[in-house]
Amino acid sequence: MKTLIATTFLAAAALFTVPAASAAGYDGDLEKANIDVTNEASLQRGANLFMNYCMGCHSTEYMRYNRVARDIGLTEQHMEENFIFITDEAGDPVGVGSLMKNAMSDDYGEEAFGVVPPDLTMTTRIHGEDWVYTFLKSFYVDESRPLGANNTVFSNVGMPHVLWELQGWQEKVVDEDGNERLELVRSGSMTPSEYDRAVRDIVTYLSYMGEPMQLDRQRIGLYVLIFLGIFTILAYFLKKEYWKDVH
Amino acid sequence: MASNPDTKIQGGLLGWVDARFPLSQMWNEHLAQYYAPKNFNFWYFFGSLALLVLVIQIVSGIFLTMFYKPDAELAFASVEYIMRDVEWGWLIRYMHSTGASMFFVVVYLHMFRALLYGSYKKPRELIWIFGVLIYLVLMAEAFAGYLLPWGQMSYWGAQVIVNLFQTIPYIGPDLVTWIRGDFLLSDATLNRFFALHVIALPLVLIMLVAAHIIALHEVGSNNPDGINIKENKDENGIPKDGIPFHPYYSVKDLVGVGVFLMVFAVIMFFFPTGGGLFLKPDNMIPADPLVTPDLIPPVWYFTSMYSVLRSVPDPFLGVVAMGLAVVMLFFIPWLDRNPVLSMRYRSFAAKFNLAVFVVAFVILGWLGLQQATTEVSEMSLRFSTVYFAFFFLLWFLSKERSAVFSLIAFAVVVGIYTIYDILRFDPSDASLIMWSWLIPTVYLFVTMVAPAFARGLGRDRAVPERVTS
Amino acid sequence: MANQGVNRGRRRFLVAATSVVGGAGVAAVAAPFLASLQPSARAQAAGAPVEFDVSAVEPGQRVSVEWRGQPIWVVRRTEEMIAGLSEVTDRLRDPESEVESQQPEYAQNEHRSRNPEFLVVIGICTHLGCSPTYRPEIGDPEMGSDWQGGWLCGCHGSRFDLAGRVYRNMPAATNLVIPRHMYRTDTLLVIGEDEDGEAI
Repeated sequence: MKTLIATTFLAAAALFTVPAASAAGYDGDLEKANIDVTNEASLQRGANLFMNYCMGCHSTEYMRYNRVARDIGLTEQHMEENFIFITDEAGDPVGVGSLMKNAMSDDYGEEAFGVVPPDLTMTTRIHGEDWVYTFLKSFYVDESRPLGANNTVFSNVGMPHVLWELQGWQEKVVDEDGNERLELVRSGSMTPSEYDRAVRDIVTYLSYMGEPMQLDRQRIGLYVLIFLGIFTILAYFLKKEYWKDVH
Repeated sequence: MASNPDTKIQGGLLGWVDARFPLSQMWNEHLAQYYAPKNFNFWYFFGSLALLVLVIQIVSGIFLTMFYKPDAELAFASVEYIMRDVEWGWLIRYMHSTGASMFFVVVYLHMFRALLYGSYKKPRELIWIFGVLIYLVLMAEAFAGYLLPWGQMSYWGAQVIVNLFQTIPYIGPDLVTWIRGDFLLSDATLNRFFALHVIALPLVLIMLVAAHIIALHEVGSNNPDGINIKENKDENGIPKDGIPFHPYYSVKDLVGVGVFLMVFAVIMFFFPTGGGLFLKPDNMIPADPLVTPDLIPPVWYFTSMYSVLRSVPDPFLGVVAMGLAVVMLFFIPWLDRNPVLSMRYRSFAAKFNLAVFVVAFVILGWLGLQQATTEVSEMSLRFSTVYFAFFFLLWFLSKERSAVFSLIAFAVVVGIYTIYDILRFDPSDASLIMWSWLIPTVYLFVTMVAPAFARGLGRDRAVPERVTS
Repeated sequence: MANQGVNRGRRRFLVAATSVVGGAGVAAVAAPFLASLQPSARAQAAGAPVEFDVSAVEPGQRVSVEWRGQPIWVVRRTEEMIAGLSEVTDRLRDPESEVESQQPEYAQNEHRSRNPEFLVVIGICTHLGCSPTYRPEIGDPEMGSDWQGGWLCGCHGSRFDLAGRVYRNMPAATNLVIPRHMYRTDTLLVIGEDEDGEAI
C-alpha cells in the first residue's frame, strides 16, 4: 500500500514539472534577462525608455498612468508633465488616471507595419522576460525587409529597429564553425553593456507591467503562510487533545 | 456540545427553533451523533476539503461576477480590470483560478480513495453514482468557466471541444451551431456559457453534493479496512468502532484544512500560473478568431480524457471513446463483484491493477499536454487500452478464476488489440508498435495469467472482524 | 469512550485559541472581499477633481458642472443677492451651518463659500436626492414677496436660500452640501480637491 501511495505521488509530481510551452515558436537559446522588479531606479529608467521609444506604436492599455507613477516611485505631476502624450477628444492631455492607450490608430498601424502593433501590457507574461530581452537585442540589417531590419528571435517581424540610435546596427555573420551570430558594425550612442542595461530596464518595467501586484502578492503570501502555520499547529494540538479519548 | 439527546425539546431560542425546524436533529444526525469509523486515514481528508473548495469557488465567484462583463468586446479587458483596478481583485481572481485546479486535485484524490477502499461497493453504489455525476458537472463547469476570460486559449480550447460534437453523424453540424448560437464561437456563446457557469451548473452541483452527503449519512462511512462498523454495536446501539463525527473528525479535518490551505496559498501567492498548467501564457492574448495558437492543450485536468480522444484516429469514434472513458466509471459498482472492499485485503493482482490504472491515468494526462507526434499517439493508444482494460479486470478479479478460463480470457483480450495492430501496421513504425505492444500485454499477463499459476498472487486475504487502528 | 482523566482546562483553552485564530482568519479573508467593493481605480479616475474657470459666469447666473455624475452648481451672486443672505437668517433651520458634515470648514460662514461672490454647491436635495430648481428672482411672486432668491425642490417642496441653506419646516433637514474645492488661481476653480488633498 505504501508503495502504491508513493508511486501515485511521484507520478503526480512528474506531471506538475512539465515545462510551459515556449512562446512564439523560437527554439534557439535565450539570454537571461536577470531583472529585479524591486529595483525602483531600473523601473524608472525602463519607464522612461518605454514611454519615449515604444509607446508611439504600442499601448499598455490595461494600466493607468497614476498607478504606474505610484508603484515605481514617480510623482503624478512628473508623470503628467513628461509621459502623457495622448489627448482626449477635446485635444487636452488625458488625465493621470487614464488608461495608457496610444495615439496610433489600428488602421495606420496595419498600413505602416503590416500588423497592428500589439498591446504590451502582458507581453512578458506571454513570451517570458528572457524572450523579450533577447528579442530587443537581436535586430540586424536586412535590406530585403521593408523597414531594413530583421530579427533572429522573431524572423520577419514587422517592427523596425526602434532602438538603433542607442544600440547601433548589427549584421548577421557566419563564423569559422558555421554558426550564425550578430556583430555590431556601426555603434550607437551606447556601448554594448550600456545597451544591455537599457534593454534590461525596459524588460524590468514590462515585467512589472505584466503583473503589477507581483511584489504585493509574495509579501502578503508570506504573512498568510505564517498565519496558517500557527492555525495548523493549534488545530493539531486540539486534535491530539480530543483524540486522547479514542485510543 | 449543547445538544443532549435526552432533552429533545429544550427551552430558550433553540427550543423555539427546534419546535419549528429540525435544527438540533440535523446537527445530531449529521455531526454530533453521526458515528464514523475511528480508523480514517490521510485519504479521508479529501471529502471535507472538496466541500471547502466548493465554498471558496462560490464566494470568490460571486465577487468576480460583480466585476466581470460577459461580452466579447469587454470580457478580456474586464478580467484585467479585476486584476489591476479593483482593489484586491487580483487576490479574488487568483483564488478562483487556483481553486479550479485544486478542486480537481482534491476530487481526483477523493475518487482514488473510493477505488482504494471499495467505497463504491454495496451499499454505497448510489454515493458513487452521485460522485461521478458531480465529477461530470464539475468538468462542464470548469469548461464553461475557462471560456470566460476570452483569451486565445479560452477561445480555441472551447472551439476544439465544441467542434467535437460536429463528429456526431447527421445532426453534428446543426448541433454545434445550436450550442454556439452563431456560425462561429462568438458573443452569443460567451453569454450562454456565462449563464451556465455562474448559475445553472453551480445549482446542479450544490444539489448533487447535498444528495452525495445525504446518501453517505444514510448508509454510513466506509473505512480503510472496508468493515461495516454497524455490525458491531454496543448495548446502546452505538457502533463499537465508531466515534461521533463532531468533535473528533471536525477537529481532525481542521488540521487537514490548515495544511491544505497552506498548499493553496503557496500556489495562489507564489505560483498562480502553475508554470502554465493553471493559467496559460497564450490566454493573456485577447481571443482572435483569425489566429490559432501553435498548440492548444486543454487544462491539465482534462488531458487524460483528451488523450483517450486522440488515441482513436476516427474523430467520431474518438469522441465515443472519450465519453466511454467517463461513462465506464458509473458501472464500477457492478463490474467489481468481489466481496472484499479494501485494497488492504485484496490480492496482489487487484492492487497491481489499481496501481497501473493510476499510473496510466497520469501518463495519459501528461501525453495530453504534448504535441501529437507518432510516439505520443502510440503511447496514448497503449495507455488508453490499459485504462479500459482496468474496468474489465475489475470484473475479472471479482473471484479466483480457473487457469483455463484465465488463459482464454487473456488470449481474447490481447487478441483484440493485436488484430487492430495488424490492421493498422505501418512498417515505418514497426519497432514502436511492437515494443509498445508489450505495455498492455505485460499488464494483462501480471493481472490475469500469473495468478492462475502462482495462486498467491490472486488470493485475497481474510478481513478482520474489527477495524485495525 | 473514556472520559476520565480528561484535562478540561487544556481542552477549553485549545478550543478557544483555535476558534479565535480561525475567526481572525475568516475576518482577514473577508476584509479584501469587502474592500473590493470600494470604488475601483477606474471609478476613482472618473471621479477625479474637475477644473472650471469661473470668470465666464455672468453675475446672477448659475452654471452646472458635472463632478462624479452629480450637478455642481456655481453661482455668481450679485451684491443684492449677497445682501439678501442676512435677510432670511431667522427663517432658516441652520443659518450658521453648524451641521459639520454639510460643508468643509472653510465654507462654514454666512455665504457658505470661500469667496462671497461665488457659491459652489452640490445640486442634490438633502431630502431624497432630487435636483432643486433655481429661483433667483428676489420677490418672485410664486415664492412669496419676502423671497430673497434660492432653490425650490420640485419633488417635496423644500426651499433653500442662495447659500444653499434650508428653510425651517421643510422636508429636507439639512443644508445643501458644499463639496471640497479650492481656487488654483483667482478664477480657476477645482472641484473635488482642496489643500488637504482629493475628496474621498
